[in-house]
Amino acid sequence: MLVFDHGAATLAPSAIAVAILGAPVLLVLGKLVPRIVLDVVSITFAGATVGLCAVVFAASSSGRVVEWVAGWAPHKGQTVGIDLVADPVGAGIALSAACLMLLSLVYSVRYIDSVDGHYHSLMLLFLGGMVGLALSGDIFDMFGFFELMGAATYGLTGMKVEEEASLQGALNFGIVNSLGAYISLMGIGLLYARIGRLDLPGLGYELQGHRPDALVVCALCLVLTGFLVKGAVVPFHFWLADAHAVAPSPVCLLFSGAMVPLGIYSAFRIYWIVFGGTIPLGDMRRAFIVLGVLTAVVGAFMALSQRHVKRMLSYATIAHGGLFVAALGCMDAAGTAGAFLYAAGFAGVVGALFLIAGVLVDLHHTMDEHELHGRARRHPVLGALFILGALGIAALPPFGTALGSAVSEAAATGLGYVWAPALFMGVAALTGAAALRSGGRIFFGIGVDPGRAPTPTTASDCGTGEGDVPDATLDRVPWSMATPIAVLVLGALSVGALPSVRAEAARAGALFVDRAGYIRQALFHSHVHVSAFPVANWSAADLGAGLLSSAAAVALAAAAWFGRSLPESVPVMRHATGVMRELRSLHSGRVGDYVAWLFVGIAVLAGLVGLPVR
Amino acid sequence: MTVYVYGVAAWLLLVGAFGIVRSHDLVHAVVSLAIAQSGTYVLLIGVGFQRGASPPVFGSPARHPNLHVVDPVVQAMTLTDVVVSATVTALLLAIAIQIHKRRGSTDPDELTSIEQ
Repeated sequence: MLVFDHGAATLAPSAIAVAILGAPVLLVLGKLVPRIVLDVVSITFAGATVGLCAVVFAASSSGRVVEWVAGWAPHKGQTVGIDLVADPVGAGIALSAACLMLLSLVYSVRYIDSVDGHYHSLMLLFLGGMVGLALSGDIFDMFGFFELMGAATYGLTGMKVEEEASLQGALNFGIVNSLGAYISLMGIGLLYARIGRLDLPGLGYELQGHRPDALVVCALCLVLTGFLVKGAVVPFHFWLADAHAVAPSPVCLLFSGAMVPLGIYSAFRIYWIVFGGTIPLGDMRRAFIVLGVLTAVVGAFMALSQRHVKRMLSYATIAHGGLFVAALGCMDAAGTAGAFLYAAGFAGVVGALFLIAGVLVDLHHTMDEHELHGRARRHPVLGALFILGALGIAALPPFGTALGSAVSEAAATGLGYVWAPALFMGVAALTGAAALRSGGRIFFGIGVDPGRAPTPTTASDCGTGEGDVPDATLDRVPWSMATPIAVLVLGALSVGALPSVRAEAARAGALFVDRAGYIRQALFHSHVHVSAFPVANWSAADLGAGLLSSAAAVALAAAAWFGRSLPESVPVMRHATGVMRELRSLHSGRVGDYVAWLFVGIAVLAGLVGLPVR
Repeated sequence: MTVYVYGVAAWLLLVGAFGIVRSHDLVHAVVSLAIAQSGTYVLLIGVGFQRGASPPVFGSPARHPNLHVVDPVVQAMTLTDVVVSATVTALLLAIAIQIHKRRGSTDPDELTSIEQ
């Protein structure tokens, strides 16, 4: 076991390196070889990364794997080295990102028309950035991989330069995320100024036990900003819908399934290890739960109001990201386990829905739910998978989403937040209803046909997906596109259905919040056993909650299919429509507005954290 | 003196961000982003500064090394930051050029292809 651990530790940097090395290889090959060779080479590199991440993950399940790169190990707690620390959560996210990348590249074989290997090399750089961010134990390294991931994704989003919408989406995405990253770098500079170190365990070790002063609180807010922007937490979330609407569908799969959860993971990792010993837990709990609830509610209602399928899915991602933040914001092992289970299950179902949306673009050249009404009736299997995925979003058992939701609700109610089950089930029902409504309309023609003419009644009704013109036109769905969809749905089911997952998640959650053990293991090489909280199997209450939210989703979808809209004369409806109209108009597509909201968000975060600490 | 440096860093970040908020030209917005980033350079180098110290060159190994130098770690961080800025600014400006080619203008208020 010791040999295996040591071997796995040295493999951790290789997992990052292999992905990054693939990019120049593909660029060199790009002009020389036919497209199919590029696909095979990129899939090979992604597969190699999956293998290496799997080894690291397997080693981490018996405890953390710590690697001080190039042998610069700490001496009596002092170090100048850079570390990679793989605990089950970090290694799990890296493995999941690599698997999602592999599925994306398989899907892209028919979906993407790539010139000179640019797409493939950008995807591998994206993978390298994600794996590096997940495994890193050094705060400046995290910034570096964050920027690598960022630059690759801005390029991938704006790849279709002939589409103005792509370019605008990429610009909004690039400016907001880069500004967030530079703000984080200011926070990192402040931390270095105070402490003189950049490694996470070292920072935590030096800060612990001291009362937080203005500089530490300021550093916390600034550092968290960049990662919360990436995690699309309200009010940093505006860029995500624009980016999702115009990026190619396999890239959207990675955004929702890996990149947004990584942003949330990094924010919590930095809080726990660096600031966990100084900023009081209760204050952060309040701050994160407020942000999480706000994000979940805004995302859920925005999702319901969308006609563009991918934009609807992006708001569903934002809503569920809010739920992850709320669950992680319980600041204990149980909430953490629930959040990551939920994220794993959600990645599978939302990813499958994005890939099916991509198939729809190839078949019918539009993403507007009203224009697509009934047009995909020839593809009942795809429709069944879409409905299954939508029910997965609505937390139908035994999907991983239902399991994660149940564990998170139990964690939150255990802390006294009795409204938590209502929030989790409500958001799952609303977002599931939005997806079900789309799926039923598009694949089965259910409900009243809203008419083909896309004449908007208000300016905010424009939802036509002109930003997604396909590279290929298909009559039937090729196996290279159908297989990843099926694999993703099965993956989401297996997260919830496999018996050992819940116990593994419990251990992972306990290790994630074990700050003292992380610091001791990374700096002093001493292992401490951490006992996980006890887990039970699926209980009747868990099943009931999941079935209830799914039933509510179906009911809401049915109301959307068959009901006429309530008359505007009813005061509640007028007020609600007015609020929704205001909310939608905030998502204006102007990057200046997004940056203004970013600073509002920093102020809110500073208020939530800083005021109680005074 | 020290407070002045940190004030400059904060000012650059804020004025750059304000430039993006009030921008009527995409090239101006991207350059404002670069200005916001220069705030981080000033902060990092200011953090590492030592009064009266020399640049981080330790001298020949044969003689006693000169240890009264400014912090080299933050200078390395700043160089990394410069590389990141070069990449991101170039990418965003390329996107702005393509937008100009399609649209004929770089005014963000005229970009209406993405609306909710």
